[in-house]
Amino acid sequence: MIGGLRRALPPFRFDRQGRRLWKDLAMSVAALLCVVIALVPLGSILVEAGARGLAAIRPSLFLLDTRDGGIGNAIQGTLILVALASGIALPVGILTGIYLSEFGKGRVGDAVRFFVDIMTQIPSIVVGIFAYSVILSLSFAGLVSPRLAFSTITGVIALSTIMIPFVARTSEEALRLVPVSTREAALALGIPRHRAILRVVLPSGGSGLLTGALLGVARVAGETAPLLVTAFGSLYGFAGLNQPVESLPHTIYTFALSPSSAENQAAWGASLILVLMMLLISISSRVIVHLRSVRE
Amino acid sequence: MQISEVVRGRFRNIRRGALGDTLFQWLTSLVAIGVVALLGVIAVVLLIAASASIQTFGPSFLTGMTWDSVADVYGAVPFVSGTLVTSALALLIGVPISLGVAIFLSELAPAKVRVPLTYVVELLAAVPSVVYGLWGIFVLAPAMANVIEPGLQGVLGFLPIFQGTPRGADKFAAGVILAIMIIPTISAVSREALRAVPQSQREAALSLGATRWESTRLAVLRYARAGIFGAIVLGLGRAVGETMAVTMMIGNSNGISLSLLDPGQTIASLIANNFGEGGPVSLQKSALIELGLVLMLMSLVINVFARLMVSRVLRRGEGGAE
Repeated sequence: MIGGLRRALPPFRFDRQGRRLWKDLAMSVAALLCVVIALVPLGSILVEAGARGLAAIRPSLFLLDTRDGGIGNAIQGTLILVALASGIALPVGILTGIYLSEFGKGRVGDAVRFFVDIMTQIPSIVVGIFAYSVILSLSFAGLVSPRLAFSTITGVIALSTIMIPFVARTSEEALRLVPVSTREAALALGIPRHRAILRVVLPSGGSGLLTGALLGVARVAGETAPLLVTAFGSLYGFAGLNQPVESLPHTIYTFALSPSSAENQAAWGASLILVLMMLLISISSRVIVHLRSVRE
Repeated sequence: MQISEVVRGRFRNIRRGALGDTLFQWLTSLVAIGVVALLGVIAVVLLIAASASIQTFGPSFLTGMTWDSVADVYGAVPFVSGTLVTSALALLIGVPISLGVAIFLSELAPAKVRVPLTYVVELLAAVPSVVYGLWGIFVLAPAMANVIEPGLQGVLGFLPIFQGTPRGADKFAAGVILAIMIIPTISAVSREALRAVPQSQREAALSLGATRWESTRLAVLRYARAGIFGAIVLGLGRAVGETMAVTMMIGNSNGISLSLLDPGQTIASLIANNFGEGGPVSLQKSALIELGLVLMLMSLVINVFARLMVSRVLRRGEGGAE
């Protein structure tokens, strides 16, 4: 890098040619500077969450509920919400991914792909309001109590609605990477197409599907806005699917705005856990992809 | 006898396979179409839940200047404008940096640092919004209030948009945190657009004696400009819908003011702040849901536009020159 820079350093002339070379250098330095500026916040977040978060992490943080300044019920709530949402979104998302990669050709396939793409971009808070409004609309018809709008159920509706299009696109991409020759080999053995897809294509794309699922989980585990208008939050532990429930991101939000400095510190502790989980998922999905490419 | 049984068995197998194929294709198609139909369901459900507000205010909701829960009168203007101002600010700050990052990653970086650096920039996108907000409150806001905003006022204080007391939680701070959050989106999509430019474009410019920057500007950026534009619009889409970090940085005031150093409110932050208040069936809740519908329409228009731009460019990139 240094050697390259010295070689690139233009002569101290300011005729036309010299100016062009200096401008070239200035623009390269400016681009490098942009990278540095872009990475400062990430570095700062990691350093601050590491330093302030570590100071907050002690057994009581995990054992107490948010009522007493801990995050025990938040971790419980996030696990429940994410597990239920994954239970709905992974099968639906992967089936949609199979449709897109195996059958989705022509205009209909393109249209489905386009709309699924658009759905991944709907603001998450709008999806939260949607989940809330589902219960509200049903209560207009007298089917359910409007109280159900702030509950674990609506939280799960919101998170799975966010997760489905995301998982659909990542699964499609994973399955597209399976070579055509693999499919043809399976079909040439005379087995029906659906068995070829289920027994040959899906396992071959397994690592990609797993990566997509992991990234989907990471994405909804960090969502706050949709939960703020659905699962809402609670000072206590999980009390049933029809009751509000606390979640890790929601705890970070309320503790961050709290006047208590102990709760502020607990917010950093919770953030550290969330960021570490995100890093772990991100790195392990990289490793999965890497292992796969090494194996082949 | 035996042979015909074998044949019949075979046929049964084949027919069973064909039936399975049909069922499986139907199943996946139904699920996929159901997912797309969900988009329509979202719109309809929001319309139903917002109907009280739509009936009460009609089109004047979109031109109403006040949000008054005591008088039960609600208007969207302060929040639509707050959303547009903070998003515009985010683009103003974020786009040049993102383009620098994209150019560095695609054109300048040696192969050895390119891959890890691309990965690290993508990590920025994976940090949850609420963690950005927490960092914003405790790290960025003090820096804004004590250093950056007074410095800006020193240089540009004569402008009406920089009047007032710097407090670190205002529209300007919200714009800055949004800029940080859209940089990974814009730089990743622009980098793809730059990499879709055929190598021959660069070589042609360099062979005419262009410097690397001249080749990038004339041959690469110009060729990829539609894709870069699409990337910027995608970033705008993300900024418009971003909630938590903005809610924590914008100061949360429902009034309209010119100065960027005054607190404000975006559509998303208003919803996040007020959704827990009042009963489930109230005019205010209905008005908040109508605002959500407005936000969804804004984001749909922006994203459809961006997708069309980006997909056109990437298709052209695969298929060769124009």
